[in-house]
Formats: sequence, structure tokens, C-alpha cells
Amino acid sequence: MVPCYIDMFYPQVGIATLELLEKLGVEADYPFDQTCCGQPMANSGASSQAKATEELFIRNFADYEYVVAPSGSCVHHIRNKFTAADDTPERRRVSARVWDLAEFLCDVLRVHEFPWAEFPHQVALHVSCSAIRGLGEQAMSERPNDPWFSKPASLLEKVKGISIAGFDRPDECCGFGGTFAVTEEAVSAAMGNDKLERMGATGVHHIVSPDMSCLMHLQGCAHRNRDDFKFLHLAQILNGSAE
Amino acid sequence: MKPIDHARNALAFLEDQTHEQAFDKLIWGLRVRRDAAAREVPEWEQLRTLASGIKEHTLSNLAHYLELFEQRATGNGVRVHWARDAHEHNQIVHDILRSRGAKHLVKSKSMLTEECQTRPFLERRGIQVTETDLGERIQQLDDQPPSHIVGPAFQKTTRDVAELFHRVYGSEPDRADPVYLAGVMREHTRPLILQADAGMTGANFAVAQTGAVVTVTNEGNADLSGNVPKLRICSVGIEKLIPGVAELAVFIRLLTRSATGERITQYTSHFAGPRDGGEMHIVLVDNGRTQRLADERFWPSLKCIRCGACMNTCPVYRRSGGLSYGSTYMGPIGIIMMPSFDIRRHSELPFASTINGSCTNVCPVHINIHEQIYQWREEMNAHGEFSTTKKAAMNLADKLLSHPEAYRAVTAAGEAAVKVLPHFAIYNRLNAWGRHRDIPGPAAETFHQWYARNRGRPNRPAHPAQETDTPTEGTDRGRA
Amino acid sequence: MGAREDILTAVSGRGPAAQELPLIPDFHRGAADLIGLFAAALARLDGKAVTEPVADLQRWLSDSFPDAHRICSAVPEVTGTVTPAAFTDWAAPADVDVTVVRTPLGVAETGSILVTENELGINTIAVLAQHLVVLLDPADLVENLHDAYRHPSFLHTAYAVLLSGPSGSADIGGVTVHPAQGVTTLTVILSPITQPSFGRKTQS
Repeated sequence: MVPCYIDMFYPQVGIATLELLEKLGVEADYPFDQTCCGQPMANSGASSQAKATEELFIRNFADYEYVVAPSGSCVHHIRNKFTAADDTPERRRVSARVWDLAEFLCDVLRVHEFPWAEFPHQVALHVSCSAIRGLGEQAMSERPNDPWFSKPASLLEKVKGISIAGFDRPDECCGFGGTFAVTEEAVSAAMGNDKLERMGATGVHHIVSPDMSCLMHLQGCAHRNRDDFKFLHLAQILNGSAE
Repeated sequence: MKPIDHARNALAFLEDQTHEQAFDKLIWGLRVRRDAAAREVPEWEQLRTLASGIKEHTLSNLAHYLELFEQRATGNGVRVHWARDAHEHNQIVHDILRSRGAKHLVKSKSMLTEECQTRPFLERRGIQVTETDLGERIQQLDDQPPSHIVGPAFQKTTRDVAELFHRVYGSEPDRADPVYLAGVMREHTRPLILQADAGMTGANFAVAQTGAVVTVTNEGNADLSGNVPKLRICSVGIEKLIPGVAELAVFIRLLTRSATGERITQYTSHFAGPRDGGEMHIVLVDNGRTQRLADERFWPSLKCIRCGACMNTCPVYRRSGGLSYGSTYMGPIGIIMMPSFDIRRHSELPFASTINGSCTNVCPVHINIHEQIYQWREEMNAHGEFSTTKKAAMNLADKLLSHPEAYRAVTAAGEAAVKVLPHFAIYNRLNAWGRHRDIPGPAAETFHQWYARNRGRPNRPAHPAQETDTPTEGTDRGRA
Repeated sequence: MGAREDILTAVSGRGPAAQELPLIPDFHRGAADLIGLFAAALARLDGKAVTEPVADLQRWLSDSFPDAHRICSAVPEVTGTVTPAAFTDWAAPADVDVTVVRTPLGVAETGSILVTENELGINTIAVLAQHLVVLLDPADLVENLHDAYRHPSFLHTAYAVLLSGPSGSADIGGVTVHPAQGVTTLTVILSPITQPSFGRKTQS
């Protein structure tokens, strides 16, 4: 599954995801009539306007054993909030079988190496709130007694040459929030700028995330500030196609 | 009546960089200290679960606990009153004061009395009201509501307070020293406490087993307000009930750690009966709580113990300031409580959130705050609170995204692609994606176009819901 | 009255489905050095613990508060200038410099001590005085708040307060200052009971 905004603005992330899965021996299909998971409408409270889109999604994907997307926010929506569509066995099947790419690689494929990939740089890893608190892909700072783990980091660490820099307030929201980025534009940009400042304070020039929506927002803030960062999706680095 | 425009208030706050940066730093500091306190308690998550379970049990038996509380309190010599709404509460309080000839009331912090607007009600009827909580008093002197439920004046810098005290008390305007300023306050307020006719407190908890009202303060101002005057009035929201002192221990262990990272406050006070020669009144207040209790989505907000952890962690709250919400309760808990008081006025608050979930995970009583924020958005839609432009944008998105061919046609044209994504944006009068942030550039081709060109468009169209043939080709098979 | 019935009716049959009240464990860690834990916790909120034995409390008091003129003592170990019984007006302890009282309960987890009308006589002597000195028998020290709330005082008193430090506030710029409206200093002296305290009622 390729999210709508990746389809439109960052097709290279969809391409990297497909190529990576194929390198790993997965037979991956791309249902051509897919469009969107319905999140833009659902998150706005427009549940009735999300229904048709969600049901189209279900029709496109109901028969697959795994539905994989390079997007924590979409997968969180499909797995945990797919309530605009009618609650049918197909709907439940899709919700139960959808995976964020990072989860799929860790928990299903259990990938140990990416021999075709090399990235000799220090990176800042940003994991989205959807992935952390919605999908449980990483321990959250709000629960300080939980043992540390991070699925995206564990994958990145397997890439030759890479090092992951720690930064302050590591899992504070980046400020995208979907429609929030437009309706509360000033706060959204302030949050994005603060995040860039904290990451930049480590000296990194590369910012990586398993979620392109956060990166789209941060990239927009960075360009306006004329900051010098490169933004890459996890799939691109693991696929060895980081430009 | 126009809804509160949180976005505009937030913009004004952000443009004042000094205040925003100081506020964000101060409030985040509370979150950091809260984390350290939680780390010290290995059973922290277990305590949260217990607290949530105790509240849920109590709310599922509220009539029983209210009656038990009333019975015990009455047996202790307390007079218990009941108020259906803010106005009844204020009238009861006023009647008590008037009938005793009380003209000057000192009070400790109570968000319930903020909710009921008790102070202006009494002042209009000739009763002098002095807040004794330092932060509340600061806001009272500046004619502003609280900006945070634990530290009402957190949105002010020390310099702001120095200027305010200079205006009001004639103290040194340039001495931005918290020790000095607290001394100024003590000097002016202590005589007022000693001369007061009556004292009023709120309640952090109401213990059914003992009929006691429990207050938690750093200053001891509830102990002063509640003990110095002979007449004591306690305002208690009905959701403050807990079964007994064994349960109280769980909450006292969680409350201050969640709020400021300390293990406890300096004064944890239990008022079960009047002082010798005095009288004590308790006013149990509904004011919309029973209505919320009946709502299966929103009743969990009644578990709230007013710790403020949710707003401390909220990145939106910290950057927009507590006053930007224009309401009694602010931040995440405010967003889920306020619409039930006035849905129109607060119809935009649920959108002052990125639904990131941090609040839910610091809440000591496991309120699913971010999920309720999401549900309030749906409620706003159902209630007809969307503007016509927003409705139009949603309808357009609906049509486009549920029709694959139309979607592909619109997105294939490079320039048009930019318009589709922030389509929901057109209802925002600031039309704002590009104000502080650059618009993403359109790609040369979409993924659909790339796939069609490089992999060939597959023959199989999307299944209608009724088809049941089992696919064998094109299914993702993982490596085991 | 209408409001009472309306509210009780309104809460009945509403809200979450009936839930059992959870059982609360005692969360003991079996800490050995309760006095050390207590002193450290009290210090966090800027209270002081005197853990070395004090042979002459009267002398300690005059050494520690040389400028104190009005001393309200609620304990037989110390002679003050007044006792709680001297006050009829609860605002009158405002000019007390030091109040001395014995507590029946200390809590190691939080550095707290309990006082009620049983120990105080007049509640305001604890909060209106400039300084508060509290005698605590180490045998009355418990590990945590779960233990503390089993104390009978919480069931049988009109006013009970757990004090964990001198009055303070962080309301101005988030900086903690002392005092706010209450006592300026709180000192807890570890002092075994040798004689029954003034006003101390027998526990049943």
C-alpha cells in the first residue's frame, strides 16, 4: 500500500519500499485502484465522508495475507481507527493484517541484514507518534520504567556505516498532525522548528523517519529556514537507494 | 456566539517569543521531573491501573458513595448541600455567607469555583473575596483566569509579576526576584487571612468512608483558609468521591509526582469536621457531571484528579499558552471537558491537537484523552459545527478519494497534485500551509504512473465487497 | 431538597458498568533504614531532620531559635511561653515564633509527619507560627503512604494534616520559594517518647 501523499509527492519512497520487499523475496502486489486510507477526512471528524474511501480500501486489500505500508500514521488508522467503514469480516481482516514497514521487517520477515545498503553518516531518527504510541514500535518516554526497544532503530543499526545520534526530547511530536498543520499553522511550524533545532544541535545533516508525513512537514520547515538537512525515509536507506 | 479561536490566540502567543520560550521551558521541566519521579517507583504502572480502577468503580457506584459521604460528613457535624449547577452552587455559598453576616471570604484554589465563576458572583453581592494561593492571587490581581490548573500564573514571567506587584502594592518594579515577591504577597495577604469572616476550599478528593474533604497544597493556604475563620465552606465536584483512606493512599502517591515530580506536597490536609466552635459546610456540585457520566465515550474524563500532567506534556499547550484555550480547563483535559459545558463556544478546541497520545500516557488515571479528543471531532461534525467551507472540502475529498480513476486523473497532472493534499485546507481562512512552511513540490510522476510504466498495470480491478474468490497470485508471502 | 434527589437520580444507572473495587497491595520494599529515607525525603522539600539524639530539647530550641520570643509548646519535653490552651482566637497564633508538637506518625517514603487536633489543640498553631518543630518517635515511623493511611487518626479526627516541608510555592516563574503563607521552617527531631504528650488521647 502506498499512501496518497507518497503517491503524489514522494513516489521514490514507494519505489524504495517495493524494491526492498522484492529484494527480501516478498511477492508484492500493488492494487492499482488504491487511493487513500481515509485519514484526512476521519481525523477531521468527517467520519461519514471517510466511509466510501475506507470501504474502497477494504475492497482493494481484503484478500491479501499481509498489507504493508511505509507509513505509521496510515497503518495506525487502518489497524486501530477504521470505524467509518461498516464493521464487516473484511474490514476486520484488513485491520488485522495491515503492517507498517518497520514492523513487517522486524516481526514478520525478521530481517537480520541489508547487505546491499550502506550509509556512512550520522543520522537523527524521528519516529512518528502514530508509530510509537499507536503501533508500539518503540518504547515511549512517558513510561520510563518500560525496557527500551525500537523497531526502526534496530533496522537502521544493521546498515553498514550508519550511526544514530541521540537528541533532546526524542519523542515529542513534530507538529504535523494532519489537518493541524494547516488549521494551527503557527504552532505546527513552531513544533517543527523546535524539533529541527534539537536534531541539528547534534551536528547531523540527515534526518530519517519511517513516516513520510512527519518528514514532509519538517522538510517544509527546514526549507523555509534555509536549514541544510537531507530527509530520507527508512525504506530508502534500507533499500540502499538513499539518493 | 463565536467559537474560541485557539489558533489565533496561539499565534499571538508565539509571536511574543519571550513568553513562549519561557513557558515551554518551564512546563516541559515539569514533565521531565514527573518522569524522574515515576522512574523512582517500580510499581508506577500498577498504581496507575489501580487508580483508574478505583475511579471507575466509584463512578459506577456513585449514588452509593455520595450517600455514604453525606451520612459520614453529617455525622461529623458538617452541613451537606447539593447543587445541580453553577448558579445553585453560588447561591448556596452566598446564602451561607449572608446568613452569618460574613463580608470577607478567603479561599484556597478550586477549579470548581473557577468553573462556577463564584468569585465575581460573590463580589457583585458585596462580598470581598481574597484568593490565598499565590498563583491564583496573582491572576486575581491581574484580572485574568488561571493559565494552568496547578500553577495558575505559570504563563507570567517573574518580571511580569514584579511589574504587577509594583502596580498593585507599590513594590520595587525591577526586583524580579521570586523570594522577594513571595514576601510581598505574604505581607499583604496574611492580615487578610487573619481578619477573614469565612474560608473556602475546594477538594482534591472526598473520602466517603470518613466524610472528609482532602486538599493538597504546597503553601498550606487551604489549612489557613479552612482553619483560621470559624466558618468553613468546601466546594466539591461529585466526581471527587473515592471510597476510603486505603484508596486515598494510591492517589496521594500519584498526584504530586504526576504534577510536579515531587513525591508529595507540603500540606496534605483532611477536613472531616468543623473546628471547635466553628461550622463546616460542604456543597456537592453536579454542573454537567451527571450528563458526562451518561456518555459512554466521555465519562472517563470524570476520573481526572487535576494533576496537570497532560498539559505539561502537551506540545501544543506549551507553545500556545494556557490562556489561548479561553476556558476554565485548558490543554488536553480542557479540550475533552469544555465542549460538554458549551459545545459551540468550544467547537474548535478539539482541533487544537495533533492527537499524538502523549497526554494519555502520562495520565495517572488512564483517561484516554487523545481518543476522546478524536471523538469530540466527530461529535462536532454530528452537531453541525463545521463551517460550510470545511464541509465542502470534506465532501470534495470524499468524492475524489473514493473514485480511483478520478483520483488518478487529478493527481497525474503535476500542478494539480499540490492542490489535492491540503484540500482540507481551503476552509482555513488563513490558508496557511505556506505561511511558515514551504509547500511540498510536486513529483515528476506519481507512484501510480511509475508503476504503470515500469511494472504494467495489472488486469484485476478492485473486488466489489461481495466477491469471494480466493486469490493465489499477487498475495504477499513473507519469508517465514 | 430537589437538588439532592435530582443528582442522586441522575447518577443512578449511568456511567460505566459495575466494576469491582481493586485490592491494594502494601508495596513494601522492606526498607531497613527508615530514618535515613525519612530524612532524605524531608530534605527534598527543604524540611530538616535532626537524627542525632538531642539530650536537652529546651537547650536545642533556644540555640536554634535565639530570637524567638513567643514559643507555643504542646509537648511536656519543652516549656514554651504559651500552650495551645492559652488561645481562644484561632487567628491569635499568628505571632507565635516557634510551635513545638509531637507527631504520632512519620512516613519514610515522603518525609511526612501527621498532626491533628489531638496533638495541636488549636489547629492553627501548626500553620500560623513562623517555625514548626516536631518530635517524632522512631517507633512511629512507617515505610510508605499505604501504611500511613492505616493510622486511626484518619478515621477519628476532624482535621488531620500530613506535613512534608515548610510552606512553599513555585508559582512565580516555577522557582520554589519559602515561605508562602505558612511556616518558614519545619524541623523534625527524632525523639523517643519518654512521657505522654499534652492532649494525646489514648488509642483504642
